[in-house]
Amino acid sequence: MKKMKALLLDHHRPLSFTIMHRFLLKLSSSSTNPLRNSKFQRLILPSLNLFASGSPPPPSANPYSADSFRKSRAFSSKSRALGVRCISSEAGREAIEYDVVIIGAGPAGLSAAIRLKQLCQEKNTDLSVCVVEKGAEVGGHVISGNVFEPLALDELLPHWRQEQAPIEVAASSDKFWFLTKDRAIPLPSPFDNKGNYIISLSQLVRWLGGKAEELGIEIYPGFSASEVLYNASDEVVGIATKDMGISKDGSKKETFQPGVDIKGRVTLFAEGCRGSLSEKIIKKYKLREEVNAQHQTYALGIKEVWEIDESKHNPGEVIHALGWPLDPKTYGGSFLYHMNDRQVALGLVVALNYKNPFLNPYEEFQKLKHHPAIKRILEGGTVLQYGARTLNEGGFQSIPYPVFPGGAIIGCSAGFLNVPKIKGTHTAMKSGMLAAEAAFGALHEGSNMNTYWDSLRGSWVWKELYAARNYRPAFEYGLIPGLAVSAMEHYVLKGKVPFTLKHGKADHEATDLARKCKPIEYPKPDGVLSFDVPTSLYRSNTNHDHDQPSHLRLKDPKIPEKVNLPEYGAPESRYCPARVYEYVEDEEGKPKLQINAQNCLHCKACDIKDPKQNIEWTVPEGGGGPAYSVM
Amino acid sequence: MKILVAVKRVVDYAVKIRVKPDKTGVDTQNVKMSMNPFCEIALEEALRIKEAGFAKEVVAVSIGPSQCVDTLRTGLAMGADRGIHVEASYSFLPLTIAKILKSLADVENPGLIFLGKQAIDDDCNQTGQMVAALLGWPQATFASKVVLDKDKQSATVDREVDEGLETLSVDLPAVITTDLRLNQPRYATLPNIMKAKSKPIKKMTLEDLKVDIKSDIEIVEVTEPPKRKSGVIVSSVDELIYKLKNEAHVV
Repeated sequence: MKKMKALLLDHHRPLSFTIMHRFLLKLSSSSTNPLRNSKFQRLILPSLNLFASGSPPPPSANPYSADSFRKSRAFSSKSRALGVRCISSEAGREAIEYDVVIIGAGPAGLSAAIRLKQLCQEKNTDLSVCVVEKGAEVGGHVISGNVFEPLALDELLPHWRQEQAPIEVAASSDKFWFLTKDRAIPLPSPFDNKGNYIISLSQLVRWLGGKAEELGIEIYPGFSASEVLYNASDEVVGIATKDMGISKDGSKKETFQPGVDIKGRVTLFAEGCRGSLSEKIIKKYKLREEVNAQHQTYALGIKEVWEIDESKHNPGEVIHALGWPLDPKTYGGSFLYHMNDRQVALGLVVALNYKNPFLNPYEEFQKLKHHPAIKRILEGGTVLQYGARTLNEGGFQSIPYPVFPGGAIIGCSAGFLNVPKIKGTHTAMKSGMLAAEAAFGALHEGSNMNTYWDSLRGSWVWKELYAARNYRPAFEYGLIPGLAVSAMEHYVLKGKVPFTLKHGKADHEATDLARKCKPIEYPKPDGVLSFDVPTSLYRSNTNHDHDQPSHLRLKDPKIPEKVNLPEYGAPESRYCPARVYEYVEDEEGKPKLQINAQNCLHCKACDIKDPKQNIEWTVPEGGGGPAYSVM
Repeated sequence: MKILVAVKRVVDYAVKIRVKPDKTGVDTQNVKMSMNPFCEIALEEALRIKEAGFAKEVVAVSIGPSQCVDTLRTGLAMGADRGIHVEASYSFLPLTIAKILKSLADVENPGLIFLGKQAIDDDCNQTGQMVAALLGWPQATFASKVVLDKDKQSATVDREVDEGLETLSVDLPAVITTDLRLNQPRYATLPNIMKAKSKPIKKMTLEDLKVDIKSDIEIVEVTEPPKRKSGVIVSSVDELIYKLKNEAHVV
């Protein structure tokens, strides 16, 4: 590293090299080891270590009788016969037990479940697997670009091509544009999507759900996991689903049903980006500190699926764009993918470390659609669906230690998205598969969940994310330096440098004060290409039972009016793509925050971007939220 | 007494629908489907009657493609004892449904048939009435309150009508269709969903029920309602009268 520094300093130094010099000075001192600090403290998983003995119980004993459940608090290695289920009642809540409980029926969760059952079939045994999903249907909360790399799917279900998987449109071209207000300047594409497919991830997840059910996996959509369950040794033993039928004032309605404890010998969290329970687990067990990981950074993606004119439709075409409407200081870009059935997926991704609190990602997306190059594709078409979701941009630097006592975190809840490729589905699926293999080993062969961490680091997921680690952080220095580093990484370095760039401030800390920034005037929607939020929201099919307490909690209810509004210009009323947060006048004419929780798209932007981290996103009653079907 | 409840699988009420480009109907591909809300209310009432001890068994029936089994499973999870799925490859109009339900009633001999007052996809509000007529049974539609009298084998039903509330007494067996204010349907809890997996769903075909499905009605075209035209601001009363007389032709 010193040699490289010397090399640069000796040369005649143009501006680009000065900037490069600044990069090198900002390097993290502990990041010289690409595998990070391998001398991390091993997490002790005492209960799972009992599996070392691994012998089945004597046939006469019933290991899951209420009696033995009360006696043995830690889990035992006893395998049990298929279908034996214990429903015991403790403290008024029913408890149902499984070998493995998975929270989230997304690509990671379903891949883990399927892999578990495959391993059972291979070793001629069985494990009971339960997947809980807060969406009303599997796939209902799934939204993604998506140009799908089938690498993990080839490993998981090698015959997917013969099994009517909704993967049909092969990517045929990779266009890359730099947008100015009026022009689209073609640039050499940094992407190579040969062999990839343009899909609706919602449709693929539905298909995966069908495959999972065929294997005997129990999937329960419409149930949100609201609480992590711990045993006396502070190990995770499962989750509790949210009570249903509580009125807005907190009282129990006629239809009140208490939640159910779903206990697992292993619990896997696959809640997606900024999972509400995953975040709690990461904090509680200090999983980032464990491996000296940086904080996670995020972007907000806003997407529409359009049905366009046949003459403009070119299935397989992949377009990515940088530049307009975002300013050079704001990281982000747009995408337009041609699916089949005359459908195109169109979206804008805005990094949430933007500085100007007046930025409104939704309105920026509406502007994008008026760009001549985009407009000519959309004209004459209609919008089928709308949606939004945050995604991880932290990459390699932000991966926490994903194993905790009692289970592990998989998929985007941990954060395996490859930012320069803008793909996270294949790595999420692979992480689920690796966690499943570790869980199977722990439950069946007496090994340890830590093998998940080891297998992750030995897998192509790690290699890929390591090679991609410096692209995004380089943009901390601006658009041009970022592009320069990207080009260097892509064509020359490919991550083979001895340093790892650090992320800048956390997203919520990056927001400047309103008085330092210029308000942005956004044009009114024209109702043909651009729309107001309520119109778009209707197309997300989002809904929640209105008579329930707001699932968006304010840690301090006074902060919105005391801090958010006066100092930051109420950014939550601008970045929320569902108009959940509005400031209205109360009886005295003073502005008051109104939370329209019913509109929520479950994107988690507020949980991430609120300057004082005062907004906490928690799960609403199961079944609520968007109903994506082609996203 | 056995209670038969007809439940329909319809497009979920919160989903934005659109008409198919060929105008043959509403696009239901890749669209979230749920149990018709009024059917949920009907099922809930039947379950409450059973829990009060007036009925022994609640049977849920659904007519349609294989996905109707999902709707029936939801019904079983709410508490129905068994389900009947009448296989049908396309959606039938109310008279055909009524004929099928009549055939089923002849087989099952229920003391009460509960239906939702209408389905939210077609808003027909016909099936319950037609079933009662075909069976020759009394009917109480738009029920907002149902009270059973076991000894007299009758039901006192409050009906929501345009003029207010009407109270009817119907002798059993009878057909009751449910309105919004009758009850709040219960949630299907996780343990009940699990138990429902082992409850039986009987598959029946139209041949089994000997129903003639030939319909006298054919849907010719489905279009979106015309877009609302924007209003015009008039500058004087004279202009208003002129427009009302000569353009709108209402004066």
